[in-house]
Amino acid sequence: MTAYTIPIIGGLVIGLAAVILLLLLGKMAGISGIIWDAISAEPDNLWRWTFLIGLIIAPVAYHFISHVPYPAISALSGWHAAAGGLLVGFGVKLGSGCTSGHGVCGIGRLSPRSLVATLIFLGTGIGTVYLIRHVLPGYLS
Amino acid sequence: MKAFVGLVCGLIFGAGLAMSGMTNTAVVLGFLDIAGPWNPTLGFVMAGAVLVSLVGFQIVLRMQRPVLNRRFTLPKSTLIDGRLLLGAAIFGIGWGIYGYCPGPAMAALGYLDHKTGIFVVMMLIGMALANKLTSR
Repeated sequence: MTAYTIPIIGGLVIGLAAVILLLLLGKMAGISGIIWDAISAEPDNLWRWTFLIGLIIAPVAYHFISHVPYPAISALSGWHAAAGGLLVGFGVKLGSGCTSGHGVCGIGRLSPRSLVATLIFLGTGIGTVYLIRHVLPGYLS
Repeated sequence: MKAFVGLVCGLIFGAGLAMSGMTNTAVVLGFLDIAGPWNPTLGFVMAGAVLVSLVGFQIVLRMQRPVLNRRFTLPKSTLIDGRLLLGAAIFGIGWGIYGYCPGPAMAALGYLDHKTGIFVVMMLIGMALANKLTSR
């Protein structure tokens, strides 16, 4: 067991959820898509709501059963949360997918579009953290 | 039955996110911070998830139809256009600011930290804005 064994298993489990959803319902486990379609009243929608309920319950249950404590609360401000959330929401809707939709599912079905999207959001994510932490000092404090 | 499958898949997905540390913004930002004390965890998680989806999807998509539905619902667009590039770029910036993408943000709601609530509400507003902009 290394420090990365549990995270790797976690990654396999995430992939497994995506495969089961495709196998049984024929749907993509792209979370931004599931959220948007859930609130925009798509027909045959109940599974999206139950998926989101499961998504929220599972971590609480996992920490309870495993006795692994909750992650420390972010040291960043509510303003960071607000700005980050707004840009994430706008970007995933405009770009038709997030880490799960493009990264896990899109690459899983060998979509060049999703591979490009994944490389771009990884790139701008890395660039943003670099700017905040190493170019604009004091931003985090 | 579909609702039950949704619940089970959501539970598995959420458990995977919690196990992998993705509901912890510090772990995510530690991966994106390649110039700092780099934390490779997210890379291992992504590799594990993609490994399973790559193999699993190739097998599943050879079937005529999914087990409980009439057809597979797959994204139709194969276009790599400005909208995709700009959207992905903006998403990445937001990801780098706070350390959550949509899945982990939703999954972390149960920890009852109000900042996660702020993130999710603003994310929904951002989605609605982009939808308004593109549906004109």
